[in-house]
Amino acid sequence: MKRNVLRRAGRGLAGLILVLIFFAPFYWMVLTSLKTLGQTLKMPPDFWVSDPQWRNFSEVMRRIPFFSMLKNSIIVTIGILVCQCLTVIPAAYAFARFQFRGSSFLFGLTLTTMMIPAQMIFLPLFLMFSKMQMINTYASLILPSASSAFAIFMMRQTFKQVPDEIVEAARLDHAGEFKIMCRVMLPIARPTVVTLALITFIATWNDYFWPLVLTTKDTVRTLPVGITALHLDEGGIDYNVLMAGNVLLVIPVMIAFFFAQKQIIKAFTYIGDK
Amino acid sequence: METNYALNGRVRTSAAVSKKSGAGKAGAKLLPYTMVAPSIAVFCVFILYPIGYMIYLSFFHWNLIGPKTFIGLENYLDLLHDADFWQVMGNSFLYMFLMVSFSLMIPLLLAFTLKQDTRLNKFLQGVLFTPYIVSLVSISYVWMWMMDSDYGLINYLLHLFGMSPVGWLSDPSVALPSLIFVSVWKGIGYNTIIFISSMETIPQYLYEAANLDHAKKHTVFFRITLPMISPTIFFLTLMNIISAFKVFETVNLMTQGGPMNSTNTLVYDIYQYGFQFYKIGYASAMGVVLMGIIGICTVLYFRALSRRIHYR
Repeated sequence: MKRNVLRRAGRGLAGLILVLIFFAPFYWMVLTSLKTLGQTLKMPPDFWVSDPQWRNFSEVMRRIPFFSMLKNSIIVTIGILVCQCLTVIPAAYAFARFQFRGSSFLFGLTLTTMMIPAQMIFLPLFLMFSKMQMINTYASLILPSASSAFAIFMMRQTFKQVPDEIVEAARLDHAGEFKIMCRVMLPIARPTVVTLALITFIATWNDYFWPLVLTTKDTVRTLPVGITALHLDEGGIDYNVLMAGNVLLVIPVMIAFFFAQKQIIKAFTYIGDK
Repeated sequence: METNYALNGRVRTSAAVSKKSGAGKAGAKLLPYTMVAPSIAVFCVFILYPIGYMIYLSFFHWNLIGPKTFIGLENYLDLLHDADFWQVMGNSFLYMFLMVSFSLMIPLLLAFTLKQDTRLNKFLQGVLFTPYIVSLVSISYVWMWMMDSDYGLINYLLHLFGMSPVGWLSDPSVALPSLIFVSVWKGIGYNTIIFISSMETIPQYLYEAANLDHAKKHTVFFRITLPMISPTIFFLTLMNIISAFKVFETVNLMTQGGPMNSTNTLVYDIYQYGFQFYKIGYASAMGVVLMGIIGICTVLYFRALSRRIHYR
Protein backbone atom coordinates (compact mmCIF):
# COMPACT_ATOMS: atom_id res chain seq x y z
CA MET A 1 0.00 0.00 0.00
CA LYS A 2 2.66 2.44 1.12
CA ARG A 3 4.85 1.46 -1.81
CA ASN A 4 2.02 2.17 -4.17
CA VAL A 5 1.55 5.70 -2.81
CA LEU A 6 5.27 6.35 -3.06
CA ARG A 7 5.34 5.09 -6.62
CA ARG A 8 2.41 7.29 -7.63
CA ALA A 9 4.06 10.29 -6.01
CA GLY A 10 7.26 9.46 -7.88
CA ARG A 11 5.40 9.26 -11.18
CA GLY A 12 3.68 12.56 -10.48
CA LEU A 13 6.96 14.24 -9.66
CA ALA A 14 8.59 12.88 -12.81
CA GLY A 15 5.65 14.13 -14.83
CA LEU A 16 5.93 17.56 -13.25
CA ILE A 17 9.64 17.77 -14.04
CA LEU A 18 8.91 16.79 -17.65
CA VAL A 19 6.28 19.52 -17.94
CA LEU A 20 8.72 22.04 -16.46
CA ILE A 21 11.53 21.11 -18.85
CA PHE A 22 9.24 21.40 -21.86
CA PHE A 23 7.05 24.33 -20.89
CA ALA A 24 9.44 26.52 -18.92
CA PRO A 25 11.22 27.86 -22.02
CA PHE A 26 7.89 28.98 -23.50
CA TYR A 27 6.82 30.54 -20.24
CA TRP A 28 10.16 32.31 -20.06
CA MET A 29 9.73 33.55 -23.61
CA VAL A 30 6.31 35.05 -22.94
CA LEU A 31 7.38 36.45 -19.57
CA THR A 32 10.48 38.13 -21.01
CA SER A 33 8.43 39.61 -23.83
CA LEU A 34 6.42 41.51 -21.20
CA LYS A 35 9.39 42.83 -19.20
CA THR A 36 11.24 46.11 -19.48
CA LEU A 37 14.85 45.95 -20.63
CA GLY A 38 15.91 46.71 -17.05
CA GLN A 39 13.88 43.82 -15.70
CA THR A 40 15.50 41.38 -18.10
CA LEU A 41 18.88 42.28 -16.63
CA LYS A 42 17.77 41.89 -13.03
CA MET A 43 19.37 39.29 -10.78
CA PRO A 44 17.61 37.42 -9.26
CA PRO A 45 15.11 37.48 -12.11
CA ASP A 46 11.39 38.08 -11.59
CA PHE A 47 9.19 35.09 -12.29
CA TRP A 48 6.11 37.21 -12.74
CA VAL A 49 5.46 40.69 -14.14
CA SER A 50 2.92 42.95 -12.47
CA ASP A 51 3.11 45.60 -15.16
CA PRO A 52 3.23 43.93 -18.61
CA GLN A 53 5.06 45.95 -21.27
CA TRP A 54 2.81 45.52 -24.30
CA ARG A 55 4.81 48.15 -26.07
CA ASN A 56 7.57 45.58 -26.70
CA PHE A 57 5.25 44.27 -29.41
CA SER A 58 4.84 47.65 -31.08
CA GLU A 59 8.61 48.00 -30.77
CA VAL A 60 8.94 44.82 -32.85
CA MET A 61 6.78 46.40 -35.52
CA ARG A 62 8.82 49.57 -35.44
CA ARG A 63 12.15 47.80 -35.87
CA ILE A 64 11.17 45.39 -38.64
CA PRO A 65 8.58 45.72 -41.43
CA PHE A 66 6.43 43.25 -39.55
CA PHE A 67 3.25 43.39 -41.59
CA SER A 68 4.94 43.16 -44.96
CA MET A 69 6.88 40.13 -43.69
CA LEU A 70 3.68 38.61 -42.34
CA LYS A 71 2.19 39.12 -45.79
CA ASN A 72 5.22 37.42 -47.36
CA SER A 73 4.90 34.49 -44.98
CA ILE A 74 1.25 34.09 -45.90
CA ILE A 75 1.90 34.39 -49.65
CA VAL A 76 4.69 31.83 -49.60
CA THR A 77 2.76 29.41 -47.39
CA ILE A 78 -0.39 29.58 -49.51
CA GLY A 79 1.65 29.46 -52.72
CA ILE A 80 3.37 26.26 -51.63
CA LEU A 81 0.09 24.70 -50.47
CA VAL A 82 -1.63 25.45 -53.78
CA CYS A 83 1.31 24.23 -55.88
CA GLN A 84 1.58 21.03 -53.89
CA CYS A 85 -2.12 20.31 -54.35
CA LEU A 86 -1.77 20.69 -58.11
CA THR A 87 1.39 18.58 -58.44
CA VAL A 88 1.05 16.00 -55.70
CA ILE A 89 -2.50 14.75 -56.19
CA PRO A 90 -2.23 13.78 -59.89
CA ALA A 91 1.22 12.26 -59.40
CA ALA A 92 0.06 10.21 -56.43
CA TYR A 93 -2.99 9.11 -58.38
CA ALA A 94 -0.89 8.00 -61.33
CA PHE A 95 1.57 6.11 -59.12
CA ALA A 96 -1.28 4.41 -57.28
CA ARG A 97 -3.50 3.45 -60.19
CA PHE A 98 -1.41 2.98 -63.32
CA GLN A 99 1.35 0.59 -64.16
CA PHE A 100 3.26 2.43 -66.86
CA ARG A 101 6.70 2.06 -68.35
CA GLY A 102 9.22 3.60 -66.01
CA SER A 103 6.71 4.02 -63.22
CA SER A 104 8.83 2.21 -60.66
CA PHE A 105 11.90 4.14 -61.78
CA LEU A 106 10.11 7.47 -61.47
CA PHE A 107 8.66 6.50 -58.10
CA GLY A 108 12.08 5.41 -56.87
CA LEU A 109 13.45 8.74 -58.01
CA THR A 110 10.69 10.49 -56.09
CA LEU A 111 11.54 8.56 -52.92
CA THR A 112 15.24 9.29 -53.34
CA THR A 113 14.62 13.02 -53.27
CA MET A 114 13.20 12.59 -49.77
CA MET A 115 16.68 11.79 -48.51
CA ILE A 116 18.19 15.00 -49.89
CA PRO A 117 17.96 17.89 -47.44
CA ALA A 118 17.79 21.50 -48.59
CA GLN A 119 20.94 22.16 -46.60
CA MET A 120 22.90 20.03 -49.04
CA ILE A 121 21.97 21.79 -52.27
CA PHE A 122 21.29 25.38 -51.26
CA LEU A 123 24.47 26.80 -52.76
CA PRO A 124 24.01 25.53 -56.34
CA LEU A 125 20.31 26.39 -56.12
CA PHE A 126 21.12 29.93 -55.07
CA LEU A 127 23.56 30.27 -57.97
CA MET A 128 20.96 28.87 -60.34
CA PHE A 129 18.32 31.36 -59.20
CA SER A 130 20.74 34.26 -59.31
CA LYS A 131 21.73 33.34 -62.87
CA MET A 132 18.03 33.46 -63.73
CA GLN A 133 17.68 36.79 -61.90
CA MET A 134 15.14 35.24 -59.58
CA ILE A 135 16.67 36.06 -56.22
CA ASN A 136 14.25 38.12 -54.13
CA THR A 137 11.15 36.80 -55.85
CA TYR A 138 8.32 34.79 -54.36
CA ALA A 139 8.85 32.23 -57.09
CA SER A 140 12.31 31.37 -55.75
CA LEU A 141 10.79 30.68 -52.34
CA ILE A 142 7.84 28.69 -53.61
CA LEU A 143 9.11 26.67 -56.58
CA PRO A 144 11.69 24.46 -54.82
CA SER A 145 8.85 23.24 -52.57
CA ALA A 146 6.24 23.13 -55.33
CA SER A 147 6.04 19.37 -55.00
CA SER A 148 6.76 17.03 -52.14
CA ALA A 149 7.99 13.46 -52.39
CA PHE A 150 6.70 12.73 -48.94
CA ALA A 151 3.22 14.00 -49.77
CA ILE A 152 3.17 11.97 -52.99
CA PHE A 153 4.10 8.90 -51.02
CA MET A 154 1.39 9.46 -48.43
CA MET A 155 -1.31 10.23 -50.98
CA ARG A 156 -0.35 7.19 -53.03
CA GLN A 157 -0.76 4.98 -49.97
CA THR A 158 -4.20 6.46 -49.36
CA PHE A 159 -5.31 6.11 -52.99
CA LYS A 160 -4.19 2.50 -53.04
CA GLN A 161 -6.43 1.69 -50.13
CA VAL A 162 -9.51 2.72 -52.10
CA PRO A 163 -11.22 -0.54 -53.14
CA ASP A 164 -10.98 -1.27 -56.86
CA GLU A 165 -14.74 -1.91 -57.04
CA ILE A 166 -15.49 1.74 -56.37
CA VAL A 167 -13.22 2.83 -59.22
CA GLU A 168 -14.63 0.18 -61.54
CA ALA A 169 -18.18 1.27 -60.75
CA ALA A 170 -17.27 4.83 -61.67
CA ARG A 171 -15.68 3.61 -64.91
CA LEU A 172 -18.84 1.75 -65.85
CA ASP A 173 -20.62 5.07 -65.51
CA HIS A 174 -18.20 6.36 -68.17
CA ALA A 175 -16.46 8.67 -65.74
CA GLY A 176 -13.13 9.94 -67.05
CA GLU A 177 -9.91 9.58 -65.04
CA PHE A 178 -10.06 13.21 -64.03
CA LYS A 179 -13.58 12.84 -62.74
CA ILE A 180 -12.71 9.66 -60.87
CA MET A 181 -9.76 11.39 -59.26
CA CYS A 182 -11.70 14.47 -58.17
CA ARG A 183 -15.14 13.06 -57.44
CA VAL A 184 -14.39 9.56 -56.17
CA MET A 185 -10.86 9.43 -54.82
CA LEU A 186 -10.32 12.87 -53.35
CA PRO A 187 -13.31 12.85 -50.99
CA ILE A 188 -12.16 9.51 -49.64
CA ALA A 189 -8.63 10.87 -49.19
CA ARG A 190 -9.73 14.06 -47.47
CA PRO A 191 -8.24 13.24 -44.03
CA THR A 192 -4.83 12.65 -45.62
CA VAL A 193 -5.07 15.90 -47.57
CA VAL A 194 -5.86 17.85 -44.40
CA THR A 195 -3.04 16.12 -42.57
CA LEU A 196 -0.51 16.91 -45.27
CA ALA A 197 -1.70 20.51 -45.49
CA LEU A 198 -1.14 20.92 -41.75
CA ILE A 199 2.37 19.53 -41.98
CA THR A 200 3.21 21.74 -44.95
CA PHE A 201 1.75 24.80 -43.24
CA ILE A 202 3.83 24.27 -40.10
CA ALA A 203 7.01 23.49 -42.02
CA THR A 204 6.69 26.47 -44.36
CA TRP A 205 5.64 28.91 -41.67
CA ASN A 206 8.62 27.95 -39.51
CA ASP A 207 11.17 27.72 -42.28
CA TYR A 208 14.17 29.94 -41.78
CA PHE A 209 16.71 28.31 -44.03
CA TRP A 210 15.30 28.80 -47.55
CA PRO A 211 14.22 32.42 -47.03
CA LEU A 212 17.59 33.22 -45.49
CA VAL A 213 19.54 31.69 -48.34
CA LEU A 214 17.37 32.77 -51.26
CA THR A 215 16.69 36.40 -50.34
CA THR A 216 18.85 39.44 -49.83
CA LYS A 217 16.18 42.08 -49.30
CA ASP A 218 13.36 42.58 -46.83
CA THR A 219 10.79 42.91 -49.63
CA VAL A 220 10.17 39.15 -49.93
CA ARG A 221 11.59 37.95 -46.62
CA THR A 222 9.32 35.93 -44.38
CA LEU A 223 8.76 36.33 -40.65
CA PRO A 224 11.38 33.89 -39.28
CA VAL A 225 14.13 35.78 -41.12
CA GLY A 226 12.55 39.07 -40.08
CA ILE A 227 12.68 38.12 -36.41
CA THR A 228 16.40 37.47 -36.64
CA ALA A 229 16.87 41.11 -37.67
CA LEU A 230 15.83 42.03 -34.13
CA HIS A 231 18.88 40.18 -32.92
CA LEU A 232 21.38 41.52 -35.42
CA ASP A 233 19.96 45.02 -35.54
CA GLU A 234 21.67 47.04 -32.84
CA GLY A 235 24.71 46.45 -30.66
CA GLY A 236 23.40 44.60 -27.64
CA ILE A 237 20.46 42.24 -27.68
CA ASP A 238 17.21 43.59 -26.24
CA TYR A 239 15.89 40.25 -25.14
CA ASN A 240 12.48 41.63 -24.24
CA VAL A 241 11.88 42.84 -27.82
CA LEU A 242 13.44 39.72 -29.34
CA MET A 243 11.16 37.51 -27.24
CA ALA A 244 8.15 39.64 -28.23
CA GLY A 245 9.02 38.94 -31.86
CA ASN A 246 9.30 35.24 -31.06
CA VAL A 247 5.91 35.23 -29.40
CA LEU A 248 4.38 36.75 -32.54
CA LEU A 249 6.08 34.12 -34.68
CA VAL A 250 4.94 31.24 -32.50
CA ILE A 251 1.32 32.29 -31.95
CA PRO A 252 -0.24 31.03 -35.24
CA VAL A 253 1.36 27.61 -34.90
CA MET A 254 0.38 27.39 -31.24
CA ILE A 255 -3.22 28.25 -32.08
CA ALA A 256 -3.25 25.54 -34.73
CA PHE A 257 -1.67 23.12 -32.28
CA PHE A 258 -4.16 24.00 -29.56
CA PHE A 259 -7.19 23.29 -31.74
CA ALA A 260 -5.87 20.40 -33.79
CA GLN A 261 -3.37 18.83 -31.41
CA LYS A 262 -4.62 15.29 -31.93
CA GLN A 263 -4.63 15.68 -35.68
CA ILE A 264 -1.21 17.32 -35.83
CA ILE A 265 0.41 14.68 -33.67
CA LYS A 266 -1.25 11.98 -35.73
CA ALA A 267 -0.11 13.74 -38.90
CA PHE A 268 3.50 13.63 -37.87
CA THR A 269 3.26 10.05 -36.64
CA TYR A 270 2.15 9.05 -40.11
CA ILE A 271 5.65 9.77 -41.32
CA GLY A 272 7.39 7.24 -39.18
CA ASP A 273 4.85 4.59 -39.11
CA LYS A 274 3.44 3.74 -42.46
CA MET B 1 1.54 -2.13 -43.21
CA GLU B 2 4.17 -2.14 -40.54
CA THR B 3 7.18 -1.78 -42.75
CA ASN B 4 8.77 1.62 -43.06
CA TYR B 5 7.68 3.78 -45.88
CA ALA B 6 11.03 3.80 -47.54
CA LEU B 7 10.79 0.06 -47.86
CA ASN B 8 7.36 0.14 -49.36
CA GLY B 9 8.76 1.78 -52.43
CA ARG B 10 10.66 -1.38 -53.27
CA VAL B 11 7.86 -3.80 -52.71
CA ARG B 12 5.88 -4.26 -55.87
CA THR B 13 2.23 -4.69 -55.31
CA SER B 14 -0.18 -5.67 -57.99
CA ALA B 15 -3.18 -3.76 -56.70
CA ALA B 16 -2.15 -0.75 -58.73
CA VAL B 17 -2.49 -2.51 -62.05
CA SER B 18 -5.26 -0.97 -63.98
CA LYS B 19 -6.30 -2.23 -67.35
CA LYS B 20 -7.75 0.39 -69.55
CA SER B 21 -10.75 -0.91 -71.41
CA GLY B 22 -10.16 0.97 -74.62
CA ALA B 23 -6.41 0.35 -74.62
CA GLY B 24 -4.11 1.46 -77.39
CA LYS B 25 -5.10 5.07 -77.53
CA ALA B 26 -2.03 7.26 -77.38
CA GLY B 27 -3.79 9.79 -75.17
CA ALA B 28 -4.62 7.20 -72.55
CA LYS B 29 -1.05 5.93 -72.61
CA LEU B 30 0.36 9.38 -72.09
CA LEU B 31 -2.03 10.23 -69.28
CA PRO B 32 0.03 8.87 -66.36
CA TYR B 33 3.12 10.65 -67.68
CA THR B 34 1.36 13.99 -67.84
CA MET B 35 0.11 13.42 -64.31
CA VAL B 36 3.53 12.81 -62.81
CA ALA B 37 5.35 15.29 -65.06
CA PRO B 38 4.95 18.45 -62.90
CA SER B 39 6.29 16.76 -59.78
CA ILE B 40 9.12 15.02 -61.59
CA ALA B 41 10.01 18.34 -63.23
CA VAL B 42 10.19 20.03 -59.82
CA PHE B 43 12.47 17.28 -58.49
CA CYS B 44 14.71 17.37 -61.55
CA VAL B 45 15.08 21.14 -61.72
CA PHE B 46 15.32 21.94 -58.01
CA ILE B 47 16.99 18.85 -56.57
CA LEU B 48 18.75 16.71 -59.16
CA TYR B 49 20.12 19.47 -61.37
CA PRO B 50 21.58 21.37 -58.38
CA ILE B 51 23.32 18.18 -57.28
CA GLY B 52 24.91 17.82 -60.69
CA TYR B 53 25.82 21.50 -60.74
CA MET B 54 27.39 21.20 -57.29
CA ILE B 55 29.54 18.26 -58.36
CA TYR B 56 30.57 20.19 -61.49
CA LEU B 57 31.45 23.30 -59.51
CA SER B 58 33.54 21.31 -57.05
CA PHE B 59 36.16 20.87 -59.81
CA PHE B 60 36.50 24.61 -60.35
CA HIS B 61 38.00 27.61 -58.70
CA TRP B 62 35.42 30.40 -58.71
CA ASN B 63 34.83 33.50 -56.62
CA LEU B 64 31.48 34.41 -58.22
CA ILE B 65 32.85 37.47 -60.02
CA GLY B 66 35.83 36.24 -62.03
CA PRO B 67 35.86 33.39 -64.53
CA LYS B 68 35.62 29.75 -63.47
CA THR B 69 38.95 27.92 -63.72
CA PHE B 70 39.07 24.16 -63.90
CA ILE B 71 41.39 22.79 -61.25
CA GLY B 72 40.46 19.11 -61.20
CA LEU B 73 40.57 17.57 -57.77
CA GLU B 74 42.45 20.41 -56.14
CA ASN B 75 39.50 21.48 -53.95
CA TYR B 76 39.27 17.98 -52.55
CA LEU B 77 43.02 17.79 -51.97
CA ASP B 78 42.86 21.15 -50.20
CA LEU B 79 40.08 19.83 -48.00
CA LEU B 80 42.28 16.89 -47.01
CA HIS B 81 45.01 19.25 -45.82
CA ASP B 82 42.73 21.80 -44.20
CA ALA B 83 42.96 21.50 -40.42
CA ASP B 84 39.85 23.65 -39.98
CA PHE B 85 37.87 21.32 -42.19
CA TRP B 86 38.91 18.34 -40.11
CA GLN B 87 37.84 20.18 -37.01
CA VAL B 88 34.48 20.85 -38.67
CA MET B 89 34.18 17.17 -39.60
CA GLY B 90 35.07 16.20 -36.04
CA ASN B 91 32.42 18.58 -34.69
CA SER B 92 29.83 17.25 -37.12
CA PHE B 93 30.45 13.62 -36.29
CA LEU B 94 30.55 14.28 -32.55
CA TYR B 95 27.33 16.23 -32.89
CA MET B 96 25.75 13.43 -34.91
CA PHE B 97 26.86 10.69 -32.55
CA LEU B 98 25.68 12.39 -29.36
CA MET B 99 22.49 13.78 -30.82
CA VAL B 100 21.42 10.47 -32.33
CA SER B 101 22.22 8.55 -29.15
CA PHE B 102 20.25 10.85 -26.88
CA SER B 103 17.42 11.39 -29.37
CA LEU B 104 16.85 7.65 -29.44
CA MET B 105 17.54 6.58 -25.87
CA ILE B 106 15.53 9.19 -24.00
CA PRO B 107 12.42 8.87 -26.22
CA LEU B 108 12.64 5.06 -26.01
CA LEU B 109 12.40 5.19 -22.23
CA LEU B 110 9.75 7.90 -22.32
CA ALA B 111 7.69 5.95 -24.82
CA PHE B 112 7.93 2.81 -22.69
CA THR B 113 6.63 4.71 -19.65
CA LEU B 114 4.05 6.86 -21.45
CA LYS B 115 2.59 4.30 -23.81
CA GLN B 116 -0.48 3.37 -21.74
CA ASP B 117 -3.48 5.22 -23.07
CA THR B 118 -4.32 7.34 -20.04
CA ARG B 119 -5.33 10.98 -19.95
CA LEU B 120 -2.20 12.06 -18.11
CA ASN B 121 -0.02 10.28 -20.66
CA LYS B 122 -1.86 11.87 -23.57
CA PHE B 123 -1.35 15.28 -21.98
CA LEU B 124 2.35 14.61 -21.40
CA GLN B 125 2.73 13.48 -25.01
CA GLY B 126 1.24 16.78 -26.16
CA VAL B 127 3.61 18.69 -23.89
CA LEU B 128 6.65 16.81 -25.16
CA PHE B 129 5.58 17.38 -28.75
CA THR B 130 5.15 21.15 -28.52
CA PRO B 131 8.77 22.15 -29.29
CA TYR B 132 8.70 20.08 -32.44
CA ILE B 133 6.18 22.33 -34.16
CA VAL B 134 7.82 25.60 -33.09
CA SER B 135 10.23 27.41 -35.41
CA LEU B 136 13.90 26.76 -34.78
CA VAL B 137 14.34 30.52 -34.79
CA SER B 138 12.25 30.94 -31.65
CA ILE B 139 13.76 27.88 -30.05
CA SER B 140 17.32 29.01 -30.72
CA TYR B 141 16.66 32.45 -29.26
CA VAL B 142 14.82 31.33 -26.16
CA TRP B 143 17.59 28.87 -25.29
CA MET B 144 20.25 31.42 -26.12
CA TRP B 145 18.54 33.73 -23.65
CA MET B 146 18.23 31.08 -20.97
CA MET B 147 21.84 29.99 -21.53
CA ASP B 148 23.15 33.56 -21.24
CA SER B 149 26.12 33.42 -18.89
CA ASP B 150 25.29 36.61 -16.97
CA TYR B 151 21.52 37.00 -16.98
CA GLY B 152 20.34 33.55 -18.08
CA LEU B 153 17.78 31.53 -16.16
CA ILE B 154 19.88 28.37 -16.11
CA ASN B 155 22.90 29.94 -14.46
CA TYR B 156 20.58 31.57 -11.93
CA LEU B 157 19.14 28.16 -11.06
CA LEU B 158 22.67 26.76 -10.76
CA HIS B 159 23.48 29.65 -8.46
CA LEU B 160 20.47 28.76 -6.27
CA PHE B 161 21.97 25.33 -5.78
CA GLY B 162 25.34 26.85 -5.01
CA MET B 163 27.01 25.97 -8.29
CA SER B 164 29.28 28.28 -10.25
CA PRO B 165 28.01 29.72 -13.56
CA VAL B 166 28.73 27.92 -16.83
CA GLY B 167 29.46 29.63 -20.15
CA TRP B 168 26.93 27.48 -21.97
CA LEU B 169 27.56 29.11 -25.32
CA SER B 170 30.85 30.89 -24.65
CA ASP B 171 32.96 28.03 -23.30
CA PRO B 172 34.48 26.11 -26.24
CA SER B 173 34.15 22.77 -24.46
CA VAL B 174 30.49 23.28 -23.51
CA ALA B 175 29.02 25.10 -26.53
CA LEU B 176 28.64 22.08 -28.81
CA PRO B 177 26.93 19.95 -26.12
CA SER B 178 24.62 22.93 -25.47
CA LEU B 179 23.55 22.97 -29.12
CA ILE B 180 23.11 19.20 -29.04
CA PHE B 181 20.90 19.60 -25.99
CA VAL B 182 18.67 22.06 -27.84
CA SER B 183 18.26 19.74 -30.84
CA VAL B 184 17.53 16.74 -28.64
CA TRP B 185 15.01 18.79 -26.65
CA LYS B 186 13.24 19.84 -29.83
CA GLY B 187 13.05 16.32 -31.23
CA ILE B 188 12.21 14.29 -28.12
CA GLY B 189 8.45 14.61 -28.54
CA TYR B 190 8.49 13.53 -32.17
CA ASN B 191 10.70 10.52 -31.55
CA THR B 192 8.70 9.53 -28.47
CA ILE B 193 5.44 9.60 -30.35
CA ILE B 194 6.78 7.56 -33.24
CA PHE B 195 8.05 4.98 -30.74
CA ILE B 196 4.71 4.91 -28.95
CA SER B 197 2.74 4.38 -32.14
CA SER B 198 5.14 1.62 -33.07
CA MET B 199 4.78 0.00 -29.62
CA GLU B 200 1.01 0.11 -29.96
CA THR B 201 1.23 -2.34 -32.83
CA ILE B 202 2.94 -5.02 -30.74
CA PRO B 203 0.42 -7.81 -30.21
CA GLN B 204 -0.94 -7.76 -26.68
CA TYR B 205 -0.62 -11.53 -26.21
CA LEU B 206 3.16 -11.23 -26.09
CA TYR B 207 2.88 -9.03 -23.01
CA GLU B 208 0.26 -11.33 -21.50
CA ALA B 209 2.53 -14.30 -21.97
CA ALA B 210 5.38 -12.42 -20.32
CA ASN B 211 3.05 -11.55 -17.48
CA LEU B 212 2.20 -15.19 -16.93
CA ASP B 213 5.91 -15.92 -16.68
CA HIS B 214 6.30 -13.12 -14.11
CA ALA B 215 8.85 -11.43 -16.34
CA LYS B 216 10.52 -8.34 -14.93
CA LYS B 217 9.81 -4.97 -16.49
CA HIS B 218 13.28 -4.58 -17.98
CA THR B 219 13.16 -8.12 -19.34
CA VAL B 220 9.90 -7.26 -21.10
CA PHE B 221 11.53 -4.11 -22.47
CA PHE B 222 14.64 -5.81 -23.81
CA ARG B 223 13.10 -9.10 -24.92
CA ILE B 224 9.76 -7.99 -26.36
CA THR B 225 9.44 -4.25 -26.90
CA LEU B 226 12.90 -3.55 -28.27
CA PRO B 227 13.05 -6.36 -30.84
CA MET B 228 9.49 -5.74 -31.99
CA ILE B 229 10.10 -2.08 -32.74
CA SER B 230 13.54 -2.52 -34.28
CA PRO B 231 12.37 -1.37 -37.74
CA THR B 232 11.27 1.92 -36.19
CA ILE B 233 14.56 2.25 -34.32
CA PHE B 234 16.47 1.85 -37.57
CA PHE B 235 14.22 4.29 -39.36
CA LEU B 236 14.57 6.95 -36.67
CA THR B 237 18.32 6.38 -36.55
CA LEU B 238 18.59 7.27 -40.22
CA MET B 239 16.26 10.25 -39.90
CA ASN B 240 18.17 11.59 -36.90
CA ILE B 241 21.54 11.09 -38.60
CA ILE B 242 20.37 13.13 -41.57
CA SER B 243 18.88 15.81 -39.36
CA ALA B 244 22.08 15.95 -37.30
CA PHE B 245 24.23 16.52 -40.38
CA LYS B 246 22.00 19.28 -41.67
CA VAL B 247 22.12 21.31 -38.45
CA PHE B 248 22.40 24.98 -39.30
CA GLU B 249 19.84 27.21 -37.59
CA THR B 250 21.01 26.78 -34.01
CA VAL B 251 24.65 27.23 -35.04
CA ASN B 252 23.93 30.33 -37.09
CA LEU B 253 21.71 32.01 -34.52
CA MET B 254 23.23 30.93 -31.21
CA THR B 255 27.00 30.70 -31.72
CA GLN B 256 27.96 31.56 -35.33
CA GLY B 257 30.27 28.57 -35.24
CA GLY B 258 32.19 29.88 -32.26
CA PRO B 259 33.69 30.05 -29.74
CA MET B 260 37.00 29.14 -31.38
CA ASN B 261 35.25 27.20 -34.15
CA SER B 262 34.01 24.67 -31.60
CA THR B 263 30.45 24.61 -32.97
CA ASN B 264 31.27 24.98 -36.65
CA THR B 265 29.56 22.14 -38.49
CA LEU B 266 29.44 21.09 -42.14
CA VAL B 267 26.41 23.03 -43.37
CA TYR B 268 27.43 26.18 -41.53
CA ASP B 269 30.93 25.88 -43.00
CA ILE B 270 29.51 25.47 -46.51
CA TYR B 271 27.34 28.54 -45.88
CA GLN B 272 30.34 30.58 -44.77
CA TYR B 273 32.57 29.55 -47.65
CA GLY B 274 29.77 30.13 -50.15
CA PHE B 275 28.18 33.33 -48.90
CA GLN B 276 30.91 35.05 -46.94
CA PHE B 277 34.24 34.01 -48.46
CA TYR B 278 32.87 33.41 -51.99
CA LYS B 279 34.94 30.25 -52.45
CA ILE B 280 32.26 28.51 -54.47
CA GLY B 281 34.31 25.55 -55.67
CA TYR B 282 35.62 24.80 -52.21
CA ALA B 283 32.15 25.07 -50.67
CA SER B 284 30.77 22.79 -53.39
CA ALA B 285 33.44 20.18 -52.65
CA MET B 286 32.30 20.24 -49.02
CA GLY B 287 28.72 19.83 -50.23
CA VAL B 288 29.78 16.74 -52.16
CA VAL B 289 31.41 15.35 -49.01
CA LEU B 290 28.17 15.93 -47.11
CA MET B 291 26.25 14.20 -49.88
CA GLY B 292 28.63 11.25 -49.66
CA ILE B 293 28.09 10.94 -45.92
CA ILE B 294 24.30 11.03 -46.21
CA GLY B 295 24.40 8.67 -49.18
CA ILE B 296 26.52 6.11 -47.32
CA CYS B 297 24.21 6.25 -44.29
CA THR B 298 21.15 5.74 -46.48
CA VAL B 299 22.69 2.78 -48.32
CA LEU B 300 23.78 1.19 -45.03
CA TYR B 301 20.25 1.67 -43.73
CA PHE B 302 18.67 -0.17 -46.63
CA ARG B 303 21.21 -2.99 -46.45
CA ALA B 304 20.64 -3.40 -42.74
CA LEU B 305 16.92 -3.25 -43.31
CA SER B 306 16.97 -6.07 -45.80
CA ARG B 307 19.07 -8.30 -43.54
CA ARG B 308 18.79 -8.09 -39.85
CA ILE B 309 15.53 -6.67 -38.82
CA HIS B 310 12.65 -8.56 -37.37
CA TYR B 311 9.83 -8.68 -39.87
CA ARG B 312 6.18 -9.12 -39.25
